[in-house]
Amino acid sequence: MPTLTRWFLKTALLCLIATLLLAVLLSIGRIWTLTAVFGGLGPVYFHLLMVGWVTELIFGVVFWLFPRFNKETPRGRPWLGWSVYILLNLGLLLRVIAEPLNAQRPGEVWGWLLPISALLQWLAALSFVANTWPRIHGGPRRQAREV
Amino acid sequence: MPQLSQWYVRAAFTYLIMGFSFGALMLANKGVPLHPALWRLLPAHIEFLLAGWVLQFALGVAFWMLPRFWHGPSRGSETGAIVAFFSLNLGLWLVVLGTVLTLPPVAVTLGRILELLAVLSFTSHIWPRIVPRN
Repeated sequence: MPTLTRWFLKTALLCLIATLLLAVLLSIGRIWTLTAVFGGLGPVYFHLLMVGWVTELIFGVVFWLFPRFNKETPRGRPWLGWSVYILLNLGLLLRVIAEPLNAQRPGEVWGWLLPISALLQWLAALSFVANTWPRIHGGPRRQAREV
Repeated sequence: MPQLSQWYVRAAFTYLIMGFSFGALMLANKGVPLHPALWRLLPAHIEFLLAGWVLQFALGVAFWMLPRFWHGPSRGSETGAIVAFFSLNLGLWLVVLGTVLTLPPVAVTLGRILELLAVLSFTSHIWPRIVPRN
């Protein structure tokens, strides 16, 4: 299993744990009144699950198992693969921090972190597709291609 | 990777980009208000990513990877999987356009029926391939 896949999978598992911890907190919030910041955690919960766990798991396994790009660089451009990992997780982390704080105190600096988070995650998706699209093919490549 | 799986996966990747694009716009709008109309993209964002990306990707990889038959066509009759591809994508767009453009509710219902048909159709194809190796 390549190094990048291990990073994706382990991070995805951490996101899954964080998701379920958050689920526990959100359910406690229905019993006792928690600090107001917890009120903005609903979208964070959902995106930690769908982006942090599901999408990140898919990215990691796809990077590992999809057909080879070519013999020399079987998984495409390594720098682009690592960019996907860094962009996705940095964007997600910014969202986890800034979204609940922005919900509690709109119009402050936290609001400006959200467009940055959005851009990072969007670039991650673009980078993933750019690096993986050439690997959607039916068989071994006969000639090496310039990367 | 078989041709049909390539269709599924390419479509899934396209929806990934569209879903993330809509999501990025809404998230940015949440922090720095751009335009209230951006919130109308929420149903499309959800549908593109749940049905278009996650579900479609899973179907495409399942068609590719699940056990194949030893006799006859290796993946059996592919009709169910082909019907599923078109039905899922048509249904998805009906749901998206129905919600974003506020079409009569029958459009969304028809879209959901097509998505259900897609899942039933794919299941009819894949069920016989869910077997132990021995």
